[in-house]
Amino acid sequence: MNKKPVERKKLEEIANRLRIKVVKMIGKSGFGHAGGSMSIAEILTTLYFYELQVDPENPAWEERDRFILSKGHAAPIFYAVLSEKGFIPEDILLTIHHPDSPLQCHPDMRLCPGVEASTGALGQGLSIAVGMALGAKLKGKSFRVYALLGDGEAQEGQVWEAAMSASKFKLDNLLAIIDYNKLELSGKINEVMPLEPLYDKWVSFGWHVIEINGHSFTQIINALDEAKKIKGKPTLIIAHTVKGQGVSFMEDKVEWHAVSMSVDQVKEALKELGCPQEEIELTLSQMKEE
Amino acid sequence: MSDRIAPREAFGKTLVRLGEENPNIVVLDADLAPSTKTSYFRESFPQRFIPVGIAEQNMIGIAAGLSTLGFIPFATTFACFASRRVCDQVTVSCAYPRLNVKIVGGYVGLFVGKNGATHQALEDIAIMRSIANMVVIEPVDATETERVIEFACNYDGPVYLRIGRDPMPQIVPQDYKFQLGRALVLREGKDVTLISSGAMVEDTLKAASLVEKEGIDARVINMSCIKPVDEEIIVKAAEETGRIVTVENHNIIGGLGSAVCEVVAERYPVRIKRIGIRDVFGKSGTNEEMKAKFKLRAEDIAKEVINFVGR
Ligand SMILES: Cc1ncc(C[n+]2csc(CCOP(=O)(O)OP(=O)(O)O)c2C)c(N)n1
Ligand SMILES: [Mg+2]
Repeated sequence: MNKKPVERKKLEEIANRLRIKVVKMIGKSGFGHAGGSMSIAEILTTLYFYELQVDPENPAWEERDRFILSKGHAAPIFYAVLSEKGFIPEDILLTIHHPDSPLQCHPDMRLCPGVEASTGALGQGLSIAVGMALGAKLKGKSFRVYALLGDGEAQEGQVWEAAMSASKFKLDNLLAIIDYNKLELSGKINEVMPLEPLYDKWVSFGWHVIEINGHSFTQIINALDEAKKIKGKPTLIIAHTVKGQGVSFMEDKVEWHAVSMSVDQVKEALKELGCPQEEIELTLSQMKEE
Repeated sequence: MSDRIAPREAFGKTLVRLGEENPNIVVLDADLAPSTKTSYFRESFPQRFIPVGIAEQNMIGIAAGLSTLGFIPFATTFACFASRRVCDQVTVSCAYPRLNVKIVGGYVGLFVGKNGATHQALEDIAIMRSIANMVVIEPVDATETERVIEFACNYDGPVYLRIGRDPMPQIVPQDYKFQLGRALVLREGKDVTLISSGAMVEDTLKAASLVEKEGIDARVINMSCIKPVDEEIIVKAAEETGRIVTVENHNIIGGLGSAVCEVVAERYPVRIKRIGIRDVFGKSGTNEEMKAKFKLRAEDIAKEVINFVGR
């Protein structure tokens, strides 16, 4: 695969725009999963603007890489990146959570172009990815399959069943990423149900494991490149992240998992993200309409 | 009218009250304590609060094991996961050996905040009702929730509790006593009987007032105990009013409507109209948006009743 060199600055700009879009969506809807969206801005940006071979003009292109957002509740930032990439028009973002919107609270593969699997019940995405990667092997296809999981999600038994099967089937066309933001809905991962030693667990399940800072584009890119060179086994990237990253009052705070945002909070968040003043005003006025 | 209280609030607080009296009560949580309101129990009795992480199947198994030592485990998560996700663990580990496990599904039917289809439990009653030995109860308001939690603690066997998320007005009398297999007539009437449970009871009562203006005298029954169902009250309604309408926050397949149909078909056939979610998945949105989309507003129910009785 031929890749254009990507400008790091461009990736940074995109990630920031995704965060801005997330705040606008949650502001307008009055609800949304903020923390777990913010923690994956760099990962999604790198996937969609460096890694994935996909075609927004032809979402059903057979040879495309598949990406599954297994932690489906991070739909706001997923929709943001799909709009940034051109799968969906930007102006439908603010319809999120409406009964008739293609942008349901959790991604619906029958409604939203670019969504490869319907997720939202945690723990199911990696198995689906295993099925796609296995199917690619059976059909002799060369596309790759990617799944992004939450760290809390990795407490589900099904994740480990999937892990076991992926290494048995030698799925070197499969890459999983765990968004290790150290928080789940009800508290800290380490207090609710610890995952450690996470690296060793996945290694013992037969995976190639890479541990990185999930907010560093360089480290994400290097890990994605490394994964492609690994033969005969699947790769897991353990991405250390901060839940709520980018909006200081949300960072590392369990209360910002699923939230409604006040006008003041939206204003403060958008300011911090460097959103232009006119856009902030527009967002606030749209919020007041509701 | 007294203040509206969410059944989940009443559930969380009642668990704490009963936990003070009974050291055998333990609460298991699959990472939803702030939503199901078991967070109150977590604060009061950290030793008896067992967080299992996002691992519902394991939670049900642990609850089964705890119950064999005399504990009364309340295994709590959203209703969609408390039924669909753990169906076999509930069936084989809990219901088959008739263990004393209480399975609590919060956020029920269409009314799950804006979480949408994946989190909407439109199948839980159908699943739980068809498992032998299971008792299935959906309390309507805060008072009934309290009575039902007390009942569940005293009853020796597996129980599924369907606990609503959003505030409800007082529906049952203050001195209400819950009895297994007994429903409650909320309003007398002779032309048609409306049978409902949970959040839909409020709209069903409103619908009864609306059709009264059209000269239809509707009886309304709160069928909180969905299994075992109150056969006598259903047969009596069939005999005395000749027509029955069921109103449920669930797929019309397998839920309250089905339970009523089964009794009526076997014991006193009359015509029945089932109102509920007509075998489709739900959507994201507010409760009002859901009721409008799925035709569950009081005026929608009233319209159906008028058409049905008119025929
Ligand atoms: C099977 C299942 N159980 C429970 C939930 C409710 N839920 C939604 S998000 C969440 C916490 C997720 O934590 P994590 O995977 O760490 O995600 P993140 O921190 O990235 O938001 C829970 C419990 C769910 N969606 N699916
Ligand atoms: Mg997390």
